[in-house]
Amino acid sequence: MENQVTAFSIDPNTALLILIAGIATYFTRIGGYVLMSSMKRIPPRLESALNAVPAAVLTTLVAQPFVYGGWDIKIAMAVALVVGLRFPGLTLLAVGWAAVMAARYGLGFGV
Amino acid sequence: MSRHEQLTNGLKKGAVVAISSAPFGILFGAIAVDNGFSIAEAALMSGLVYGGASQLVGIELFGHHVAAWIIVLSILAVNFRHVLYSAALAGVIGRFPHAERWLSFFLLVDPQFAETVKREETGKPVTFRWYFAMGAVVWVSWVMTTMIGAYFGRMIGDPKAYGIDVLMPVYFLGLTMGFRSRHNFFPVMLAGGVSSVIAFHFIGSPWHISVGAVLGILVAVILPPPKAHVEPEVSEMEKEAM
Repeated sequence: MENQVTAFSIDPNTALLILIAGIATYFTRIGGYVLMSSMKRIPPRLESALNAVPAAVLTTLVAQPFVYGGWDIKIAMAVALVVGLRFPGLTLLAVGWAAVMAARYGLGFGV
Repeated sequence: MSRHEQLTNGLKKGAVVAISSAPFGILFGAIAVDNGFSIAEAALMSGLVYGGASQLVGIELFGHHVAAWIIVLSILAVNFRHVLYSAALAGVIGRFPHAERWLSFFLLVDPQFAETVKREETGKPVTFRWYFAMGAVVWVSWVMTTMIGAYFGRMIGDPKAYGIDVLMPVYFLGLTMGFRSRHNFFPVMLAGGVSSVIAFHFIGSPWHISVGAVLGILVAVILPPPKAHVEPEVSEMEKEAM
């Protein structure tokens, strides 16, 4: 472990690596737009595909922690799922947090 | 919708994301310092790459002294889903003037994407003012929490003990559920979820995201499109906002 780096020093090689990673990421964030704007009209199948993007991508970020997480995570996410039918945003976060703490310290899962 | 609403709503949406992502900013900062980054380097990465999962992958590899091109390639793989986001929002962000447009794409992270699609769908105007208000709050908070985490480093204990590891999955769960009234939501969700879980087991992270996304989208392409293409009152709302 390199603990001798000072708080605000920037190594040129590290900075270059970060810059290239940033540029690569930016390309992914404009890539789809650049491809789309080169098209004159959008075929209906492509429109269906694009409409499916939120459900398809966001689900992958949810399914993995649910399936591979412990019972504490599973319980919290299941509770959040039910509460989420009625409440959005911060309420959901608070409920999910309370549920995972209850599962861990109340029921003893995953501690 | 007033310009005031656009600003306050954008700030509000940004604040919710800032709260749910703060533990991960702190976590990233702490791990970054642990892997040999300085506070400034950690902040630089949060500011320029600006993608939590990819940063965690990148810093982990950096700590193991993996070749730079592999680190960049891995970050690219984790962030590949953003290509889909920018394609899906081409019609929305594409309306912004040039400089605003290219800045907006830089800020296009998962929650920014989801909230933008949702707002567009409810017929409220997605203006640069709204978009930037939300994005700026999230970006500033991300960089700041990274620095806090980097500064306090290993003083922060196990995030599990405080229950903060559940916040991001729950937040993404809420976002996903927000789209449940969409055409073909359930088959797409099922295909994406199941295939990503299987891919995680056999191929591993981050490839499960791309595999799940592609299969979910494929299901939407195969299934019949919605019968009548109903044009909501979006266009009128937009005119009002101009």
